[in-house]
Amino acid sequence: MDKMQCQCGHVNPPGTILCESCGRSLTEKEQNSKLVDMRYEGTARRSQTYNKSIIDKIWNFFSSVKVGVGIIVALLVAAAIGTILPQEEYVQVATRNEDTIKAYYSDVYGEIGRIYHFLGFHDLYSSFWFIILVGMLAISLIIASLDRFVPLYRSLKNQRVLRHESFINKQRIYGKGYAQEDVLAKAETKLKELKYNVKLDKNGLLAEKGRFSRWGPYVNHIGLIIFLFGVMLRMIPGFYVDETLWIREGETRAIPEVPDYALESKSFELETYSGEENGGAFSEAVDRVGSVAKNYQTDVILYKKPENSLPGATEDMEVVKEYPIRVNQPLKFDGYAVYQMDFKLDELKAMTFALTNKETEESLGELTIDLIDPEKMYELENGATVELKGYYPDFSGFENGEPQTATPLPNNPGFLVEMTTPETPKGETSFILIRNTIEPFGDNQFKLEFQGVETRDVSGLTIRKDSTLPILGLGGLIFMIGVAQGMYFNHRRFWIQQKANGEVILAGHTNKNWYALKKDLEQVSAYASLPAYSDQQEEIEKQMKKEGEEAL
Amino acid sequence: MSEKKKNKKKNRVIMRSVILFLMIAAIGYTLYNNATAEDVSVLKVGDEAPDFKLVDLEGESHQLSDYKGQGVFLNFWGTWCKPCAKEMPAMDRQFEVFKDQGVQVLAVNIAQSEFEVQSFADQYDLSFPVVIDKTKSVMTAYNIIPLPTTVLVNPEGKIERIVTGEMTEQDIEGFMEEIKPE
Repeated sequence: MDKMQCQCGHVNPPGTILCESCGRSLTEKEQNSKLVDMRYEGTARRSQTYNKSIIDKIWNFFSSVKVGVGIIVALLVAAAIGTILPQEEYVQVATRNEDTIKAYYSDVYGEIGRIYHFLGFHDLYSSFWFIILVGMLAISLIIASLDRFVPLYRSLKNQRVLRHESFINKQRIYGKGYAQEDVLAKAETKLKELKYNVKLDKNGLLAEKGRFSRWGPYVNHIGLIIFLFGVMLRMIPGFYVDETLWIREGETRAIPEVPDYALESKSFELETYSGEENGGAFSEAVDRVGSVAKNYQTDVILYKKPENSLPGATEDMEVVKEYPIRVNQPLKFDGYAVYQMDFKLDELKAMTFALTNKETEESLGELTIDLIDPEKMYELENGATVELKGYYPDFSGFENGEPQTATPLPNNPGFLVEMTTPETPKGETSFILIRNTIEPFGDNQFKLEFQGVETRDVSGLTIRKDSTLPILGLGGLIFMIGVAQGMYFNHRRFWIQQKANGEVILAGHTNKNWYALKKDLEQVSAYASLPAYSDQQEEIEKQMKKEGEEAL
Repeated sequence: MSEKKKNKKKNRVIMRSVILFLMIAAIGYTLYNNATAEDVSVLKVGDEAPDFKLVDLEGESHQLSDYKGQGVFLNFWGTWCKPCAKEMPAMDRQFEVFKDQGVQVLAVNIAQSEFEVQSFADQYDLSFPVVIDKTKSVMTAYNIIPLPTTVLVNPEGKIERIVTGEMTEQDIEGFMEEIKPE
């Protein structure tokens, strides 16, 4: 493509529609149309002009609005597909690995689920192609904006007061007629009163207002790009943490993804409404469903380990704070927040037995076995002892005569004990389970009689950190500023030229809200007695309608 | 004029290349982070083995870095885990062979009670130190998921190999040979 020289002598970049200097139409299509195309002020989109190297070709591809819209549509369709079945992270499986998740989809959703999983839609939003699509959207936003913003900015900055008559008379708002000699001065006064910027040059006048509203879409795009940048940061380690920690009452645990801190759970509490407090608050609901939760609370102590301390070392831990974590009242420290999310009630904690003579039912005293940290030896009255020989917190049966435990949790505790009393100095062995006692070496004289249990609760906590929130917020704010800029402000312009013969031509243009533009023009007309104007687009539409009717 | 035009064109290509490169690099970086996000804390062969300090059943402290210059056979286990129990005697036998050649075995129990761990150690008559990770912080630092997992640390303190699941006595012998100091 070659440079385009206008009749006025100005040399325009290839692809220009309206001469940058005088406003004459440069293309044949434009010359034949009744109204000028004012989009981007008739400037050449920068990338249309050169199409040589591979870089230019890539640039051109992303500069196209069609491509941009295509990417958006593809993203919308993909995002919608991701909602058809639940995403992987919301699937409930006992043990989480690839096979169980795959099995879950085909078991629960049948063939559709199998295909869904096979195509990778179960983890759609972090799939590489989805991320690439979002990245392409970002590239498209940046390049398309740059390519349009720069020529538009230059063109508006350098615009001339005097335009060629063909530019004026092809504007949508156009008027022509005779007026008084001081028409330009009067129009200037009134336009300034209406807060227009007015420039005069020889026999011409240009009044302009609200140019900054033209930057709205570009400000808007900057906001979007900042937002996408924030989303990108989430995937970088250290910016975003979302972890779960199950902690039992009395336990101290390292906090996942949070080095240097440890958390101890003192207690978990679930309070419910009785239906009688506060003058019967929730009494109906309590009657209907049995119980209404009032408060879920985990009382914790946050410890900080000394600097450079090693994993495993528990000495010199410093208490940072004690805090009751409640729903929506997370423990906050160092950019992290620990939320109350879940709970399990009444895990076994300790069991109490009485050493009793089977025949006489006489008790030699009680012992309490801590299921979390049992002791080896329990001493009772009269020199009687109970020695713990084996402890199986989650007894699951015998293997080769050996008791087995399925998990380290005291779900079904089993104890192998040796009871020694003054009457039975050699000791008697017994294997004790809940509601079952096995006496492997024949009948015993003594037994451990179950007295009671202590339980403890488990808190499910979520640890969150999101350092990208301020960036996402900023992106959103800039986005909204851009929207407001483009929506609530209009770029309005008037051109008025006085010819030597006393004839006056005038034109008006706005990017939106033509009604308000006409109102402004009417006020100026009333004051400066401008020639009557017409809305050429309306006339064209009317004529087309008429022709259409005649054709019928 | 044409010199100026050429320069302008050159600048334009450079500008566009830089912008495109930066954006493609950002996408590439995001993809890389996304791909490694799930196992960001997973240790890899060749990484420095995270140092830790745990107390054994005799009350003695063991710090990993104290064993620099020796190979460390780090076995994570629990009493409820059957394959863990199965490989213990073999580990003990091989420890007897390799301990004079500079290989140390540390068995790290995951937050169980001293009673259970002691009974287990007595039952299998273990001669290597058994330490208890009470707050699961070492388990977190090493991102241990299945048990047993064995992390082999070479004399330079680097991870030589990570083994998940049960090992045969032959495996154990081979692994100890791998981390034996020269």
